[in-house]
Amino acid sequence: MAKVLVKGNEAIAQAAINAGCQCYFGYPITPQSEIGEYMGKHLPKLGRVFITAESELASINMVIGAGTTGTKAMTSSSSCGIALMQEALSAMCCAQVPGVIVSVMRGGPGLGNIAPAQADYFQALKGGGNGDYKIIVLSPSTVQEAIDLTYRAFHLALKYRNPVMLLADGILGQMMEPAEFGEYPYKDPDVSEWALDGANNRPARNVVSLHMPEGAMEELTNEIFEKYELVAQNETTYEDYKFADAKLVLTAFGSVGRVAKAAVDRAREEGMKVGLFRPITLFPFPDKDLNKVAQKADMILDLELNKGQMLLDVRSAVFGACPVEFYGRTAGGLLTPDMIFNKIKELYSTLENKTQAGVR
Amino acid sequence: METLVYKRPESLLKDGHFTFCPGCGHGVILRIIAELIDEFNLQKDTIAISSVGCSIFLEKFFNLDVAGASHGRSPCVATGVKRCKPDKFVFTYQGDGDAATIGFNETIHTACRGEHITTIMINNTNFGMTGGQASATTLVGQVTTTTPAGRKPELTGYPLHAAEIISQCDGTAYCARVAITDTKNIMQAKKAIKKAFEMQIKGLGYSFIEVLAACPTNWHMTPVESVKHIQNVIETVHPLGVFKDITAQENK
Repeated sequence: MAKVLVKGNEAIAQAAINAGCQCYFGYPITPQSEIGEYMGKHLPKLGRVFITAESELASINMVIGAGTTGTKAMTSSSSCGIALMQEALSAMCCAQVPGVIVSVMRGGPGLGNIAPAQADYFQALKGGGNGDYKIIVLSPSTVQEAIDLTYRAFHLALKYRNPVMLLADGILGQMMEPAEFGEYPYKDPDVSEWALDGANNRPARNVVSLHMPEGAMEELTNEIFEKYELVAQNETTYEDYKFADAKLVLTAFGSVGRVAKAAVDRAREEGMKVGLFRPITLFPFPDKDLNKVAQKADMILDLELNKGQMLLDVRSAVFGACPVEFYGRTAGGLLTPDMIFNKIKELYSTLENKTQAGVR
Repeated sequence: METLVYKRPESLLKDGHFTFCPGCGHGVILRIIAELIDEFNLQKDTIAISSVGCSIFLEKFFNLDVAGASHGRSPCVATGVKRCKPDKFVFTYQGDGDAATIGFNETIHTACRGEHITTIMINNTNFGMTGGQASATTLVGQVTTTTPAGRKPELTGYPLHAAEIISQCDGTAYCARVAITDTKNIMQAKKAIKKAFEMQIKGLGYSFIEVLAACPTNWHMTPVESVKHIQNVIETVHPLGVFKDITAQENK
């Protein structure tokens, strides 16, 4: 299949259609409204379900309804809209309901602005909903990767019966670049063991998130966390960009990852051993792999379009193996290759000086 | 010769036990629903959506598939289920705190979309499970734990009339308020719920039944006093009746 020039938001929508998404429930919000518009145009023609819900509360709960029947369903929103979905995401993890949530981050806090940002890392990764739970979070850095990870999101949601979030940002949502759709590459699991379709020739069953008997909720949570262990073992993914011999390793997710690559290339041209470690799954976070990298590196530089959110996971993974620096902007402020390169140069010179002084 | 005149509906679990307070209305309504699902032979094709409040433990009573919903969101969950499984019978079971208070926006929009689902809303004019706080349907002057001096309109406004409002939505096919205060009323309530179910089965739109039910524990009344309270007081504020029936013309 040939490459086509496609906008990030529309690529995600078409990939969802290709993945067999039967229902889209959403509520408009910039900078992701094209996803709903694309779905509204195409899903009815395919005999599939499209509803503009009365709110983000409603749309994610419609996803829950679809998910309890084992049907592939999706919603999409941005920052403050995703905030309204947190109760339902927690309930989905507890009741083990599959579903795909696309979060195209904008500036915050509050209504913030409609500029790109990455300040909803905590929102996606550290809850916002109540209780012990984890959402599988995938972070694309190109339109091509947005397509591939949308496919993967639908598969993982069914495979692990858990919400999966595609965490993109306004840059990726709004940019156009060539990409190839290919075909949905996964074989999805059978849902007939748990999905609701009426108690026909089997005992009645339920998909609920209230478990009152003493000990029941702890037991269930422990089971769900064993599942998360499996997710971590099987699904942890990251990109290695020239970090094998790197003294200074950059960490960045999503669109910042691709900007960082340009800076790495320029630093390499100037003889600096710099590489990039780009987590693709944010949960599961590639902490063991990052720790190995940190053992060999002299310094980590974490780059984000926020005030330092993934930074906490980076530090936790590095666990003191080398110093971790942070450089970021937020709420629409962008990092350019030049800015990252200058930061690399500044930090790299301190490493050179230390090496010269023998204090490595 | 022995004749069986009364039996447990198949749609209720054989080992299920209602967990409601003495005199509570929930048990009667749940039984009516179960009887009707049996009568329509829908047991194998039903997905019930529970809500939050005393209405939450459907899976402990019904021998039916049950999906849970967060507070006020069961019409949305029901929408998702029904759109994916249009051949299944889908109903939500909610209280006034759920359907008329935290979730009234969802209720209205589900009605306006004309979703082919049925909502049974138990209205006991308070948040029963959390101990009797004022809800949207609480009567002016009603003493609750959050209106200890009685609901005062100047402070907390006026009761919301759910059935009347839902009847105004174009997607609503049938909408009624019923009570279960005596045998006659119980029979009429069953008739209304049957009609609501038929609307869904025929694909005519959204159907909404509000049932006035007693909450003796939180009203601090005996069950008998509670029934009288519904008849003499609550029905004057939340009157019984069919507020919309799009098949009324053809029935004449």
